[in-house]
Amino acid sequence: MTAEAAAIRTGPAARRPLFRRRSAIPGFTLTLGVTLTVLSLIVLIPLSAVALKAAELSPEQFVAAAFSERALAAYRLTFGAAFVAAAINGVFGVLTAWALVRYDFPGKTLVNALVDLPFALPTAVAGIALATLYSPNGWIGAYLTPLGIKAAYNPIGVTIALIFIGLPFVVRTIEPVLRDLSNDVEEAAASLGAGRLSTIARIVLPALGPSWLTGFALAFARGVGEYGSVIFIAGNMPYKSEIAPLLIIIQLEQFEYANAAAIALVMLGVSFLMLLVINAVQAWARRFS
Amino acid sequence: MTISIRSVEKKFGRYPALNKIGLEIADGELLALLGPSGSGKTTLLRVIAGLEFPDAGQVLFHDQDVTFASAAARRVGFVFQQYALFKHMTVAKNIAFGLDVRKGKDKPSRAEITRRVDELLRLVELEGLGGRYPSQLSGGQRQRVALSRALAVQPSVLLLDEPFGALDATVRKSLRRELRRVHDATGVTTIFVTHDQEEALDLADRVAILNQGVIEQVGTPAQVHDQPISPFVCGFVGEANRFEGGVLNGRFTAGSVVLPAARVADGKAVAFVRPHDLVLDADGFAVQVNRVHVQGALATVDGVTLTGQRIEVTVSRDQADQFTGAVKLSARRAHVFPG
Repeated sequence: MTAEAAAIRTGPAARRPLFRRRSAIPGFTLTLGVTLTVLSLIVLIPLSAVALKAAELSPEQFVAAAFSERALAAYRLTFGAAFVAAAINGVFGVLTAWALVRYDFPGKTLVNALVDLPFALPTAVAGIALATLYSPNGWIGAYLTPLGIKAAYNPIGVTIALIFIGLPFVVRTIEPVLRDLSNDVEEAAASLGAGRLSTIARIVLPALGPSWLTGFALAFARGVGEYGSVIFIAGNMPYKSEIAPLLIIIQLEQFEYANAAAIALVMLGVSFLMLLVINAVQAWARRFS
Repeated sequence: MTISIRSVEKKFGRYPALNKIGLEIADGELLALLGPSGSGKTTLLRVIAGLEFPDAGQVLFHDQDVTFASAAARRVGFVFQQYALFKHMTVAKNIAFGLDVRKGKDKPSRAEITRRVDELLRLVELEGLGGRYPSQLSGGQRQRVALSRALAVQPSVLLLDEPFGALDATVRKSLRRELRRVHDATGVTTIFVTHDQEEALDLADRVAILNQGVIEQVGTPAQVHDQPISPFVCGFVGEANRFEGGVLNGRFTAGSVVLPAARVADGKAVAFVRPHDLVLDADGFAVQVNRVHVQGALATVDGVTLTGQRIEVTVSRDQADQFTGAVKLSARRAHVFPG
């Protein structure tokens, strides 16, 4: 036995390495290292810088800057319009994804490309186009004015811009899930006696739930941060149609960097909270998969 | 529930999936639709289920024409190949679905539904798993859930599409027994599709063999195995050595192989001999033995004739020793078809 043990040579590979290999898949150290470095440089450090900058203010100054009447109105508009826009996209996004996945129709490729346009288009271009269309004498605005609807230079205008910006997020997150949902499941429901409506309501839509929430969260987060397309159609009247990102710019232009950081910190906090809540809801909705 | 299928035709594009299919299924029968892939067996099952509608012909349930009735109206239970369970519902909710979507006075009370679900879980031996989600079950358990979900609506017919296709061999065998037991317990007319002839012969009361959209033969497992009526059935059901040759005066000859062929007209022919129908015979044809491998109580002999035709013989273990070097064989029985 001792002879056998001696026969096993203790080469360098036999030594246990400092960090134990977790997996045979190569590249762990490199990819994680780069990921952490980039995340720190691009995300973590700038975000902490916001907090640091805001900390230059005394608590009273912070409250005065971050929770002024004007700032509160801007938060309400920003988060409210982003929420409404994401909810509207939540409905139309599902319908669009449904049409794109389920049916073949002439011009489908074109529609497919159109859905991605808000991703690709410079937001300022979108903003100018929307403002021109929806302003009281624009192509669409001209028809809305006699009906008493003002679709530009007010919160409705902001919401329209955010709907435009957010649509692809919902469509593109729902599409793959809808495609993977096999016909079998719907046929099974039909063979068990379910009508078309109850098949959609009880089988298809619940299966889409988690990805719908993801799409909603993405569209919402994008809407909260959107600046370029909104400022052209918003009118930017303080207390009425001024969004929070614009307020930050205004503070920056007045060299009130700490005040700008204070507003940014509030937005950061609220966005972070909402993402946490949405993630929790998602985890609950995914409990079955 | 008796089912009659009368000259049903179905085309996908220009490709005929079903070609004038006629089939009678007796009440309480367990029937297998057996065929290679692309033979139309799944299409036929879906036509019976009301998930696909024929271009011509009729489907009758108990003398009532249901050719264009919806799946729901036919009250069929359908078990899909990939089970098609509702992933976002628990096992109990899945099973209850068919009862739960009923409206008005057809809808059983909640207590009644719970009772029925428990009863079905017991029937398929899944007691206590009602609260799980499908993703938390094994393949065999999912299959049982799919089966009980289909049975929950008390279907007049139970239809299963490749019910054991996605399972491993051991589970497959035990679920086969299970399906037989459930069928015997409920007495519901059952039709299942399979490409596995062993499965069909083992489980079914009768087997319908499909090939290229046509039913080649319908019969008991013993009939289709012992009295195949076409070369296709003979080659598809059970093991067989195939020879191409000719018939002259009641004798089939293919190279050095000679087989009995009474009642077959002279001319070109194909012959099939089951591996267990070949026996040692001093007056038979010569075969060179290459290899003998033992499988439990039986042994399989691989050999080759003088003209290079490969031969497989199945014998009992104790006879295996006699198969060495050159042997002489003859067939106790051969299926010869003019061709």
